[in-house]
Amino acid sequence: MKVKLENLSKRWGKVVGVEGINLDINDGEFVVFLGPSGCGKTTTLLMVAGIYKPSGGIIRFDGRVVNEVGPKDRNIGMVFQSYALYPHMTVMQNISYPLRLMKTPKSEMIERSQRVADMMGIGELMDRRPAFLSGGQQQRVALGRALVKEPELLLFDEPLSNLDARLRLSMRSEIKRLQIDLGITSIYVTHDQVEAMTMADRIAVMKDGQLHAYDTPTEVYDRPRTLFIARFVGNPPMNITEVDVSQTNGAYHASSEGLELVIPADRGEKAAAKGSVMMGIRPEDIMIDSEGIPGEVFGVEPLGRDHLIDVKIGDIHYYLLVDPSLNLKSGDRVKLGFNTKKCQFFDKKTERSLLWN
Amino acid sequence: MDLKLSTERGGIQSPSPVGVPNQSSKVTRLRSKLGAYGFMAPAVVLIVLFFFIPVIILFILSLSDLKSANFGTLQWWLPSNWSLVNYTKIFADRFFSKFLGNTLFYVLTTLALFNFGTALAIALLTTHINRRAGFVFRLMWLLPRLTPSVIYILMWRRIASRVPHGIINQFLGPLGITSGEDLVTALPWLFVIVVNGLIGASFGLVIFSSAIEAIPRDFLRASKVDGGSTLQTIRFIILPMIRWPILFVLTFQTLSLLTSFEQILLLTDGGPGLFRTEVWALRAYHLALSTESGNTQWGYGAAWAVILVIIGIGAAVIYMRVFKFDELVQEPKIDLI
Ligand SMILES: Nc1ncnc2c1ncn2[C@@H]1O[C@H](COP(=O)(O)OP(=O)(O)OP(=O)(O)O)[C@@H](O)[C@H]1O
Ligand SMILES: [Mg+2]
Repeated sequence: MKVKLENLSKRWGKVVGVEGINLDINDGEFVVFLGPSGCGKTTTLLMVAGIYKPSGGIIRFDGRVVNEVGPKDRNIGMVFQSYALYPHMTVMQNISYPLRLMKTPKSEMIERSQRVADMMGIGELMDRRPAFLSGGQQQRVALGRALVKEPELLLFDEPLSNLDARLRLSMRSEIKRLQIDLGITSIYVTHDQVEAMTMADRIAVMKDGQLHAYDTPTEVYDRPRTLFIARFVGNPPMNITEVDVSQTNGAYHASSEGLELVIPADRGEKAAAKGSVMMGIRPEDIMIDSEGIPGEVFGVEPLGRDHLIDVKIGDIHYYLLVDPSLNLKSGDRVKLGFNTKKCQFFDKKTERSLLWN
Repeated sequence: MDLKLSTERGGIQSPSPVGVPNQSSKVTRLRSKLGAYGFMAPAVVLIVLFFFIPVIILFILSLSDLKSANFGTLQWWLPSNWSLVNYTKIFADRFFSKFLGNTLFYVLTTLALFNFGTALAIALLTTHINRRAGFVFRLMWLLPRLTPSVIYILMWRRIASRVPHGIINQFLGPLGITSGEDLVTALPWLFVIVVNGLIGASFGLVIFSSAIEAIPRDFLRASKVDGGSTLQTIRFIILPMIRWPILFVLTFQTLSLLTSFEQILLLTDGGPGLFRTEVWALRAYHLALSTESGNTQWGYGAAWAVILVIIGIGAAVIYMRVFKFDELVQEPKIDLI
């Protein structure tokens, strides 16, 4: 099912939940709403579900306006962060609840619920109450309940945030695989950018009730349209510094205290028009380089496979990932090379990208 | 895959004892148990002093024939003066079935229509509308309970009285619906039930609406997304989730309706005519405490009251069975170690 949000807004008196969201979701697509706490992800999702009534704008399912359609007639399945498993019902009763509401014949109801439960790997737990299940099992029951009536749209509201890191990883790929197999259009809300990067066909980045970007994960990562996206997407986050960009002898230079970089003409040209700009560069685009710019190691954070080090050039800190075998310590002097082909430039006032708008 | 250890969400997991507890831990365990019971002691003393002892005295009284005629001469506390005569007298009473029927009719109808029915309906209604409006609406239902009984009943008498004064008659008389007579006399049960029900409904209303508001929003949202209409959500989600408050209200209100009589006393005094609205508790009052008849029969009245106590306990037990009380009672939240 195709979903289209046109100028969607939600306000409670003076409180703005979301404002002017425009979004197009294709049939079978997996879209992730990504943004920090309080940015309006849940609000948008609940409007799509029909629980909140929009204050303005239009929601379309396959072209049909559904603003006035109640949640029960939207044919959606939803997984809640709290799972919302009915505590007085067994797993079987929970999963079969949507079918029971449709007055499905009993034998069919049991058969379909059992099939979904088997698919989710919880076929043996049918007689348990939710209170006697582990978090991961509860998660599967919630997913089973959302899937059992074969909905045309699946909604997820931070479904993995209550699980431990390992389980989160496996559930992540499980949900993604299921979605691809079943081909159900899905909207998935999270504030975890790794989840967003790994699962999404397209990511809708939100902040303060507004849509900042709506693009594929690689686009969002490689071509951040705003400073906010640049900071929010990517782990460890992008290094952001203030630089002056100017053209001398046909080459473009970005300079700040102790830093002097030659940058490619296509990027430099756009940045030079502004002069003083914000430059962003990801940790993986900075490396130890004997030809590079001298700096001093200020801190080392072992991350296992890599060490995240904090290097001071002048008064500015740069974060990069290095091989642990280098054995760097605070106070060591290093030289850094910058992969300027990947530099981002943003307007200082509007915080919009100078490259991608 | 056995997951007995994971207790319910929000509960505190009880640490399972490792190995055999040694002597000193047994002592501390005993001490902490004693401490807990110690805190309960004042409540227990109060209940014994002001409930169990009076009930025992009441029971002994009910075995004696104490009345105003032999007051001061009958040694009612001596077992030699005890017999079951009062009880056989109750069942032989010409009006026994009348009192029993009146009581059942009064309790069940008022409970079903008002103390439970109206309370639940208004609670569901006011929790599904704007919060503030719901609150104000519920507050209005508290007014009858906050009004002193005598004033409240006088007000109703005025509302229902005969033609020149009665408010209802003034409006409905010209339309030919009422004929101008005193309405409490014409329709005693209607007024007894409405007058009591309007007071009683607020109790359940307050309990039900706070219980409904305490249900996490996600359950109701989930039910709607799962395809539930409002009625289905009420039936399959809300009602099962407030099972315990429902049991509490039913039990409590049955008992309070069984034993309360002052509104009936003030409104009809058991009339009109012979015992038209005389319920069990009012009968006990008339026999044991009212001096109108000139002969106050404490012993006989006590026997009526004792039966009321027994019926009350019976009703409580039945409700607990119906609602599977032991399933509702959960493990204590804090385990004593
Ligand atoms: N029922 C409501 N009444 C008033 N304001 C609300 C209501 N629901 C949400 N808001 C406000 O709208 C904004 C967006 O809330 P929302 O729940 O959509 O955030 P979110 O992106 O889901 O955040 P989180 O990641 O913490 O769940 C917040 O500022 C919140 O305070
Ligand atoms: Mg949220």
